This record gives sequence, C-alpha cells and structure tokens, in this order.
Amino acid sequence: MVFAPAYLDYNATTPLDPRVLEAMLPHLRERFGNASSRHEYGRHARRAIDEARQQVAAAVGAHPTEVVFTSCGSEANNLFLKGAGGCMRAGVLAISAIEHPCVREPARQLVRGGWQLREITVDAQGRLDGEDFAAALVAGAKMVSVMLANNETGAIQDVAALVMRAKPFRVWFHTDAVQALGKIPVNFRSLGVSAMTLSAHKIGGPLGAGALVIDKRVELAPLIAGGGQERGVRSGTENVAAIVGFGRACELAVSELRESARRMRRMRDRLEAGLIASGARVFSTGVERLPNTVFFALAGIDGETLVAHLDRAGFAVASGSACSSASPEPSRTLLAMGVDPVTAKGAVRVSLGRSSSDEEVERFLDALAETVTRLKQMAAIAV
Amino acid sequence: MLKLPIYLDYSATTPVDPRVAEKMVPYLTEKFGNPASRSHAFGWEAEKAVEGAREHVAALVNADPREIIWTSGATESNNLAIKGAAHFYQSKGKHIITVKTEHKAVLDTVRELERQGFEASYLDVQENGLVDIDRFKQALRKDTIVASVMLVNNEIGVIQPVAEIGEICREKGIIFHVDAAQATGKMAIDLARLKVDLMSFSAHKTYGPKGIGALYVRRKPRVRLEPQMHGGGHERGLRSGTLPTHQIVGMGEAFRIAKAEMASENERIRCLRDKLFKGLSDIEAVEVNGDIEHRVPHNLNISFAYVEGESLIMAIKDVAVSSGSACTSASLEPSYVLRALGRSDELAHSSIRFTIGRFTTEEEVDYTIDLLHRKVTKLRELSPLWEMVKDGVDLSSVQWAAH
Repeated sequence: MVFAPAYLDYNATTPLDPRVLEAMLPHLRERFGNASSRHEYGRHARRAIDEARQQVAAAVGAHPTEVVFTSCGSEANNLFLKGAGGCMRAGVLAISAIEHPCVREPARQLVRGGWQLREITVDAQGRLDGEDFAAALVAGAKMVSVMLANNETGAIQDVAALVMRAKPFRVWFHTDAVQALGKIPVNFRSLGVSAMTLSAHKIGGPLGAGALVIDKRVELAPLIAGGGQERGVRSGTENVAAIVGFGRACELAVSELRESARRMRRMRDRLEAGLIASGARVFSTGVERLPNTVFFALAGIDGETLVAHLDRAGFAVASGSACSSASPEPSRTLLAMGVDPVTAKGAVRVSLGRSSSDEEVERFLDALAETVTRLKQMAAIAV
Repeated sequence: MLKLPIYLDYSATTPVDPRVAEKMVPYLTEKFGNPASRSHAFGWEAEKAVEGAREHVAALVNADPREIIWTSGATESNNLAIKGAAHFYQSKGKHIITVKTEHKAVLDTVRELERQGFEASYLDVQENGLVDIDRFKQALRKDTIVASVMLVNNEIGVIQPVAEIGEICREKGIIFHVDAAQATGKMAIDLARLKVDLMSFSAHKTYGPKGIGALYVRRKPRVRLEPQMHGGGHERGLRSGTLPTHQIVGMGEAFRIAKAEMASENERIRCLRDKLFKGLSDIEAVEVNGDIEHRVPHNLNISFAYVEGESLIMAIKDVAVSSGSACTSASLEPSYVLRALGRSDELAHSSIRFTIGRFTTEEEVDYTIDLLHRKVTKLRELSPLWEMVKDGVDLSSVQWAAH
C-alpha cells in the first residue's frame, strides 16, 4: 500500500494498544502454561488470569468473582440470555428494538423454548420508548436486555433509570455495554443491572476475549460444558494472553477515559459540523451519544457506494455494523427509529479512536466532498 | 544448563512455536481489522488471513476448507458438535453413545443432554484403554443418533479405532463425532478416508495459541448442526462472534508446521519417549497405563506402586508433569480414566503422565529419569507398605483393621 489508510471504524474493532500487546507477549512466549495445571507453568497462568479479572472488575466497579471470561461479547450475550433463560420457567423476555444481532438472535432462540419475545420500540432519536418499556414490565417480563450504547448511532440509553423503573418488578436486567466501555463511564453498581457484557477488542484489547459481569444471584446454566473453568459457568482452557490483554486494556481505558473522550468529542464535533454543512443528516443528535460516533446519510447517495469510494480514497468507514455489513440490508437501528428504508440504506458510520487525529478528520471531510461531487456527476450522466 | 522446571506436560498445553508467534504479531499490530468488515481494506486483509488459515487446518486433516468452522477451542467444538447434532437430529432418536474415558468436555456435554431427555451409553474400555468394537456394536440401538469417541486419549495417549467405529456408524446412519484435540500433529488424520462426520481440533495442543479451535463438519454426506451461539451469523451461521484473526492465523501456521514436520518430529519424540520408558522401567513395581503400541509417541503414563501420588508430585517438582488431566487436576480425585482401565484408586493416585513435545531435549529426559529413580526410591524407603512387599507379604491378603 502506498499510503496508510485512515481507520475510522473503531466501533467494528480497534487496533491493539501497544501497551496491551506488551502485556500479552510473554503469554504467547515463555509463560505458556495451562491455568488448570498445578505446576509452576500453570500457576503463573492462573495468577495472570486472576490479576486480569481484578482489572476488569475494577474498571466497571464490580467484584472479581462477578466476572466470567468468555471468547467474545457475542458469547457473553448468548450466555446471559440462554444461560439465565434456561434456569427459569419460560416467560416474557423484553429487548430493545435496536439490539445487536448477538442479543436479538439468542432472544429469538428462546422463543422456541416457549419464551415470549417483546421488542421495545425506540423514538426517532433512538431512545427507548418509556411507555413501551413500562408495558413490557407490566406484561411480566422476567428478563430485559437493553444496550447501554448503540453500535451504529452511538445513542446512550439511560439504563440506570430503566433499572430503577424495573425495580418493583422481578426482572433480571442485562445490558450490552460493549460499545460503551472506554467511551463513557460504565459502572456495574451504579447502573444497577444484574448482568453486563464487555468485549476486549472494542477498547484497544485483543480479539478473542469478552466477559459477562453477573450478579451472583442470577442462576446461569453454562453454554459450554466440560472442565469446569470459570466456576463451571464457562468451560474450556482459558485464553491467557487475550485475558491478560483484556485486563490491561480495561485498566488503560478507564485511566485515560476522561482525556480520550474529550479528544474524541472535539474531533467528532468538528466532523459533524462539516457533515451538516455539506447537507448530511446526522442521526441521534438530539440525545446523549458516545463521543466517538457519527452516523449520517446524504440524500440521494447510496451508502454502499459511498463507503466503497471512501475506501479507495483511503478512509475505512462502515455502512452499518461489521457483523451485518455482509448483507446490504438497511440499518435495523434506523428502521426502528422510523427512518425511511432508502435513507437507512444510505447511512454511513464514522467511529473515531485513539489513532484518529484532527488532520484525519479534515482530510476525511475533503475526500467526502470530492466523492459526493463525483457521485452526483455520475448520477447526472446516468440520467 | 537445564532450565527448571522441565516441561513434560505437552498434553496440557504446548508453548506457542516462535514461528507461530511471529506470524501472529502483525495481526496484533497493523493488520487489526475485523474480518467481518466488508467495507474496507482492513477487513478484507483480515478475512484473507482467516481463509488462508482455514486452508492450512483443512490440509492437515485432508478436508475441504469449507468444512472447517472456527470456535474458541476444542471444548466449544465438542459442545457444538454433540449438542448441535443431538438437537438437530432429535426427531430421529434420542440415544447417544460415548466412552467412559472421554474428555470432560464430551462427558459433561452428554450428561447435559441426558438432563434434557436424551439417553446415553457410556462404554467401558478394555484394560489397555481401547474401545472394544463388539461392545460398541452391542451398545447400538435403533434410536442411536450420535456417537462420540476420541481419537487420542489425553491421559494415556491411546489411539481409539475410529476408522472401524466410523464404518459402523456410517452404515447405521449415526452421526459420528471424534475429539481429535490430542491427535493433530501426533498422527496422520485423513478425513477423506475416515468415516467421521464431526471432528474437534484445538490449536494450543499443537503449538498454536489458546482460545482458538475448530470443528470439522462434513459436507458429503452433509451433516447438519443446530448452532449453539447466535448473532451476526459468522461461520455460515454455525458460530456467531467476531473472529479473532491473530489466533486463527496462529492456528493455521501451527497446523501448517505440523503437517510439514510431523513425520520427522514424531520419530524424534518417539526415541525420547522410548528412552524415558526404558529408563523408568528399571524402577521396581512400575506399570504403564494404556496400550503401549496403539498410542501416540508423545505420551507415557506410568504408575509407581507403593508411592503416594501427591508426595511424588511434590518430590519431583523440577519436572512439570500431570497426575490426571489438567482440567480436573485441581481435584484430588483419582483419574477416572485410569479407574476405567481397572486400576485401583491407590495405583491411579500414584500415576504420572509424562508428555513429550517439540522442545524436549535428551538432556531433559536424562534428568527426569535420574530424578524419578532417586525420589521413588526415597519415598519407598519411607513407605511401610513397600517394606511389607519387600518382606514378601502379599498386600492383597492383608486384613486391614479399621480404626
């Protein structure tokens, strides 16, 4: 490659922080033991995992014994929904209409086991509809899952308030905090949730590690049996290097949160101002959002085409979430917000991170303007 | 100079081969894309690496890359294979056959299915640890839908007759799963010939990283599974979750190296194992657990009678070995595998698994032989039982008084 393309897709995955890599490398080299082994090699591995568990717990104000390591955020979401759901008699399960597929799909699986699934609607800004939420509680929801921050729009739900409203009802409240961690303060206790999903690779940690933080009162059937690791809730030889990386990444994400959020917000605001000036419609601007995310659409411009042109111009952005970007469907989040399918299909997500710079933002705006002009000319010729 | 403790626990986990680590590092640094990102070069580059690795894994076992599904490890593969097949084919029957000496990841999974209403037969093994084909046939029922038999046992290293069992299963239309976590790189596996429908693999037992494994899912005849993890629809819907590119690249490279080097490497390891065996055979009252012929060259599991197992492990802490499978060694229960061979609890307790690998040296084996000689002799000097044996007392005739 002649030039390094600008990576503006931090919500899909983040580059590994070099300090995290440094923490991981010994565990890919001489510290290779199996944490279940009782000899010195094994004990080193066990200690490293214990330390990482403390780091993760500390980052979100939980107790280390509340942290269950998994292979990714998707697994943690599956573990909560199927694991807790499997220990209860089937009832009503309520999730927001804008959940990630790894919440929505396991929720749908529960329907096969007799659960009744309710999708709580959101308003035009992507915030949960309070009345619909209350209705789900009144309908007797036993489990609720509402994401803390949306992966596409970055809209933040007031989960703490929702939990308060759910208090009088007997409900396990889960939140997928994968996109929120490292971008806004996330605290298991002050949110008051019963369970929370985290992922390493969204915060400068490695792929291959996630966690379910869970209140011990929630009974959980394992998804993966055999061996009895993670107190029997998640068997399988621990991925020591990734877990160590996750721990270190959590530590850094929290200690640097204030500064990095401020920096991202400044760049994001500049980016957004430029986009609005060029006629873009930016989603969820009316609510609290992650400081790094802009989700926008330009009238008459197809998102897929725009993203492909931007890639050629050296800017990595996304049209929707990575998991569903294989299918050119309109964004589900936007549809749930009442955006028309044509606009929803044209939406582009820019998400900033540690390596992003003011200069990149300026270059991006220039490249976007140029690309849009060209696409419009092409469209005019085609007509 | 020897570096202590000497690692002779390659069946618990292996070090990542430095060549593997080297391949992984770029995907931990500049090539960090999410392989599911379809809108930019970072994603494509990661996806390409993932597909390249899939080819290497498939090549080691002579399969089609499209038959390889990434998982977080062999435990997940075993869960996905057995639960996935049992759930998908439950309209055809509810009986599952497995073996008492399987890994916990298989046994616990089958137990869970029993709780869900499936029925299971846990086959005994012969004294040499091998499954008796006739017994297997006798266990078959009209409603048997899944059989799961490991290729290589993790504790005693014996190789089960999966080729024969596969023939039987295919003929009866039973889905046959094989846990091959302990087999890759240690013996040739040819899935074009073996009538195996599902096979589990692990990277970290074959010099790859932890946290990654694979499940082989046969295409012809096609085997169907109910996914166990749902979400973005990765791995053709069979296993959702962002793919850990660097780990996948590591597994691919580890399996590529295994294919290229296993013939010569296993010869070298066999020599070391034989040397260790010969060296330890000099000690009185030792016994090998499991068939010594039908066995991978890496494994030697030996009982040192009249020595208390825990004291032995403590006495030889300069060699890192295991006294049961690593996953259960936190408990002091005698190994269920050795008990299935008919070993007494005492003998099971005094058994040690030595597993040799790529980085084991002759010097380390010599040191181990010497250490065992010294420590076993010393511990037996302290043992009243040993004294009685030496005096010619037949311990089985002794009436022990309760107190």
